[in-house]
Amino acid sequence: MSKETNWTNIGKAEDIPKLGARVIQSSDGDIAVFRTSDDQYFALRDSCPHKQGPLSQGIISGTTVACPLHDWKISLDTGLAVAPDEGCAATFPLKNENGELFISIN
Amino acid sequence: MKQKLVLIGNGMAGVRTLEELLKIAPDLYDITVFGAEPYGNYNRIMLSPVLAGEKTIEDIMLNEKSWYDENNITLHTGKTITKIDRVKQLVIADDGTEEQYDRVLLATGSAPFILPVPGKELKGVVSFRDIHDVDAMLEVSKDNGHAVVIGGGLLGLEAANGLLQQGMKVTVVHLLDRLMEKQLDDASAAMLKESLEQRGINFMMQAETEAIIGHDKVEKIRFKDGTELYTDLVVMAVGIRPETTLAMSAGIHCARGVVVNDTMQTYDPRIYAVGECVEHRGQCYGLVAPLFEMGKVCANHLAQYGIGLYQGSVTSTKLKVTGIDLFSAGDFEGDESSEDLVYQDAASGVYRKLVIKDNKVLGAVMYGETIDGSWYFDLLRDQTDVSDIRKTILFGQSHLGDSGHGDEDRVAQMSDTAEICGCNGVCKGDIVEAITKNKLFTLEEVRAHTKASGSCGSCTGLVESVLAITVGGDYSVAPHLKPMCGCTDYTHDEVKAAIKANKLLSIPELIQFMEWKTPDGCNKCRPALNYYLVCTWPEEYSDDYQSRFINERAHANIQKDGTYSVIPRMWGGETNPQQLRAIADVAEKFDLPQIHVTGGQRIDLLGVKKEQLPLVWGDLSKAGFVSGHAYGKALRTVKTCVGQEWCRFGTQNSTKMGIELEEMTWGSWMPHKFKLAVSGCPRNCAEATIKDFGVVSVDSGWELHVGGNGGIKVRVTDFLANVKTPEEVMEYAAAFIQLYREDAHYLERTAPWIERVGLTFVKQKLLEDENGRKTLAERFHFSQTFSQDDPWAARAEGEDAHEFAPIHKIS
Repeated sequence: MSKETNWTNIGKAEDIPKLGARVIQSSDGDIAVFRTSDDQYFALRDSCPHKQGPLSQGIISGTTVACPLHDWKISLDTGLAVAPDEGCAATFPLKNENGELFISIN
Repeated sequence: MKQKLVLIGNGMAGVRTLEELLKIAPDLYDITVFGAEPYGNYNRIMLSPVLAGEKTIEDIMLNEKSWYDENNITLHTGKTITKIDRVKQLVIADDGTEEQYDRVLLATGSAPFILPVPGKELKGVVSFRDIHDVDAMLEVSKDNGHAVVIGGGLLGLEAANGLLQQGMKVTVVHLLDRLMEKQLDDASAAMLKESLEQRGINFMMQAETEAIIGHDKVEKIRFKDGTELYTDLVVMAVGIRPETTLAMSAGIHCARGVVVNDTMQTYDPRIYAVGECVEHRGQCYGLVAPLFEMGKVCANHLAQYGIGLYQGSVTSTKLKVTGIDLFSAGDFEGDESSEDLVYQDAASGVYRKLVIKDNKVLGAVMYGETIDGSWYFDLLRDQTDVSDIRKTILFGQSHLGDSGHGDEDRVAQMSDTAEICGCNGVCKGDIVEAITKNKLFTLEEVRAHTKASGSCGSCTGLVESVLAITVGGDYSVAPHLKPMCGCTDYTHDEVKAAIKANKLLSIPELIQFMEWKTPDGCNKCRPALNYYLVCTWPEEYSDDYQSRFINERAHANIQKDGTYSVIPRMWGGETNPQQLRAIADVAEKFDLPQIHVTGGQRIDLLGVKKEQLPLVWGDLSKAGFVSGHAYGKALRTVKTCVGQEWCRFGTQNSTKMGIELEEMTWGSWMPHKFKLAVSGCPRNCAEATIKDFGVVSVDSGWELHVGGNGGIKVRVTDFLANVKTPEEVMEYAAAFIQLYREDAHYLERTAPWIERVGLTFVKQKLLEDENGRKTLAERFHFSQTFSQDDPWAARAEGEDAHEFAPIHKIS
């Protein structure tokens, strides 16, 4: 059964600061949207695989974010914890069209 | 096509270099390894425990043959390279195997020195160097006969102990009158000898071997004085020399060892060398820590990164004989210009000697308790001025209230379920398993894998001990000057100096100027850089928001559930009904689940959702509150008692003093959190003597105390000065704070900072140099003109709104 990708406009790309993150509030749990220094955007479940810390509040360097609770490093592109830690935060497809960000949540 | 790298010598140094290389450039080379021994790579240091029956060969294997397969490395075991043809770029083994190369890594290690005496080739005469030797010794020991060990050095004594454990009668023969003369002085060597004699080892001192006698195998040994001993085994442990035969035959420049430069390159630019076969700046090393440092540098150059220099190592020695704790480092004998500090308690078997010159540690010998060995080693390596701690230095750092450093004997006896790291709940068994499974060798690696000692750090010494007993004793690998983080090789002090000298005004500018290895820095260096820039250029620098930890971005403390806690400032711990009513109103209005009174005399509102923060602050601002900065590396609180106004013992108006100090200092960013207290009399109810800056009122004026800490490691303040007037208190406080702000490393509290730089330094700056003190205070006041804006009021009015509001809501 094929499913059509359902894109939701979440706002302007420029509203996320460089090396910063914003949160999409959702009844199924928050999603964090990150922006790197070279303007790549990534969306991850806002919950560290370790102890559910809010990744959106971490410090971003390159394409990883450091969880603010216990300093686990999570790769923004894969959601995987950087070795030797093990775990994964769910990722969501994200696209940037003319400065507007769209996310697919299915 | 990939380049070809050939490693000659399948031992710890060479394979460690390959591991470092594979980490940074996994696909650069086709790698071939030649090893003379028929095994994978094993931990040679741990042969002593294998001989003693405390570990098995399997326990000490580092790289099984499968590791080479997994990394596509061709491994030739049992083949000795006999020739390097540098013209054809070819290595040739004793069985005729040839291999082409683009680069060679020489790691031929060292060879045991064999005494040139008649009978040295007899069966039953062995050295103590590899698994083969250990097997030979274990074979002979089955019959519980006699063994003679020639050489009373580290290796000889470890061999003697092992053979004793295997049931042999052991005699150690030593040329000199002192055991381990390269590591021990007379007193400690005598204690060691006595303790080994009690275990049953015999000693023949000042005995020179003349011949080993026997027909097809060893039967007896004869000495120069004519004495003869019957024996079934002779172990030669009289020293090692770098194995340079191959390198010399290939015409590569060798002195004692294969001569390399700081990039581990030999005189042939295609050939690198690491490990015990190497001579670097005239030094040869036989311990593991330096070999690993070499490996890291060498791998970097093999990977063509071209960064990193090996600049030599300072090493320390521990004896791996269970039940005997012994530590030695540096020059432990000294000369006419040095002095000895000695602590000796013969009945308890404790001896420690420090050799001091110009108030710096030159060397250390410890016997019995080696609990403070790593501390002395740090003092030695960092050349710390110890004049302030001379009186207590022999009692060790644990005397200063360190709960960390554990002696290895005690740690060895702990059960696997004993908790080592109380913050992260890591037991000894977890750490041992991680070390064995992942082949860890450094404290940093153990932290990364287990989190042990990664939070508050007070169990660091225990973790180091577990590491030492699991992999061997000399893994003190923290470099002499520690780089700020993995993004750079520069130290904190070098970075600070560069910021000032080159007027660097932003993090991107600095990262580019100082050639950081990462594009954005990391979450360790960026907050530090931001602080150094704020501190150096208070007027010009604009704060880098994304380089602050979340608490300093959100101006509140993140809690484990992602909510925040809010602590309004209460000047000097004073409050009134109107303030309390306002706090109660906020708590009710926002339905906050908990209110807590803090240790710093403030009220903590817990469970505030991030979106609510600006609203909460708005209400608190209306009631006159400003941010309490309980979330920052900043001035936290000034704690006071009720003082002279109420207390029948009070001597000065200490509460007013506390409030004025807080008004002067609030809002300032610091290397770490900073706490003050003012007590109204020497009863010291405000606990001023465990604060960063503590003031105690006395009848004649004010006592000033600095560098206290009541947290991880309790440290009582050092007394700084007595002053007469409140104005002086303010001036000294401002000057002390500014000195700390400018001199300490980021995340260094005043207590470790003062222990690092010495109280004398602080006194010179604040007491002996009046002008300097006034200038420091002025710089603090200038900096404060930019930092005393209330961040809460600004955010209640909409600043940084993006921080607190979601970008989008999905129902």
